[in-house]
Amino acid sequence: MTEQEIFEKVKAIVIEQLDVDDADVTLKADIKDDLDADSLDVFEIMNELEDDLDVKLEADENVKTIQDVVNYVKKELDAK
Amino acid sequence: MENIKIIQTAHYIPEKAVFNAELTKLMDTSDEWISSRTGIKKRNISIGENTSDLCTHVAEDLLVKSGWKADELDLIVVATMSPDSYTPATAAIVQGNLQASNAFAFDVSAACSGFAYAFEVASQFLLTKRCCKVMVIGGETLSKVVDWSDRATAVLFGDGAAGVLLATDQTGKSQILASDLQTFGADCDKLSAGVNNALSEFPPKLSERREISAFKMDGRAVYSFATREVPLSLQRACEKAQIDVAQIDVFILHQANERIIKTISKRLRIPLSKFPVNINHYGNTSAASEPILLDELIASQRIKRGDVVALVGFGGGLTVGTQIIKY
Repeated sequence: MTEQEIFEKVKAIVIEQLDVDDADVTLKADIKDDLDADSLDVFEIMNELEDDLDVKLEADENVKTIQDVVNYVKKELDAK
Repeated sequence: MENIKIIQTAHYIPEKAVFNAELTKLMDTSDEWISSRTGIKKRNISIGENTSDLCTHVAEDLLVKSGWKADELDLIVVATMSPDSYTPATAAIVQGNLQASNAFAFDVSAACSGFAYAFEVASQFLLTKRCCKVMVIGGETLSKVVDWSDRATAVLFGDGAAGVLLATDQTGKSQILASDLQTFGADCDKLSAGVNNALSEFPPKLSERREISAFKMDGRAVYSFATREVPLSLQRACEKAQIDVAQIDVFILHQANERIIKTISKRLRIPLSKFPVNINHYGNTSAASEPILLDELIASQRIKRGDVVALVGFGGGLTVGTQIIKY
């Protein structure tokens, strides 16, 4: 899966979970500060990614921005 | 189709109300943090009354409302994870308080799924005709179990009790349409309370104080478990009942966290309006939460005879339990 494909997947889940606009979900966006997510939102985003991509993800992994999530998912997918 | 009828319901909440603001004096938390993540605004705390006392209030109310006599009861089951003692069972204390001398009584321990598990056990005694008149109560004084300095768990829980009277229904109008109970013991360490370790040596050191642990929870694991397994349990129960999930009129989910309930509603694609909540008033009352909400909804006529109701508990064990009933 390419980085762009992972980004599109993350973006769709974040839009659905956080009820934010498409344009707000950029790679630089900070999930908590810019997109107003709390810890339970992060759980749910990780759960949705786990279910969709069949990969195990920790919620407390050091992810701050959408780019961090994409990098983390890519790392875990590549390690499979 | 199992012809069992909920004859009567009742609940009891201890008097002392504790609002979120009061907890900010005990720990580093805020009303906004608690209410946005859990939906909880208030919980009630039992002062001086133990779980058996709360359950006895419910039991007496059930008898008054139904007109049943205490000595007509065949069985009393109490679901609790905060019993008065290892022994006697809380149900035995309630039986003694009621003078229900013809009933045998025992506790069921399945944490927040306790009511669902106790309801299932009681149903079997009715179906096999071993019993005719059964009382099932979920009761908790979790305030004595939580670590009041742990902001991650202490803010979540409240005390309360509620129960039902069950009997077989000869008319067949009231039924248990299906049930689904599952246990995930491999994840037993994700939620624990009252862990009581074995002796490390013998003779034991008499000076060593034996500690029993407070509530501990892996928040994400439990959140993920609930939001994934509750929809699956509901779907399995619906398959057995040969109905569509959308045919259920009211979903009474264990009141653990309003956000969990919203996520489950979303995953099932069922409108949130079918998932009533009262967690804002009572917090998570574990085994008591389903029957408290059931009693309130029957009292307000939100649930009427003939309605299809799903009762779902989930929590420590890890456990999940669903009953789909025609009330």
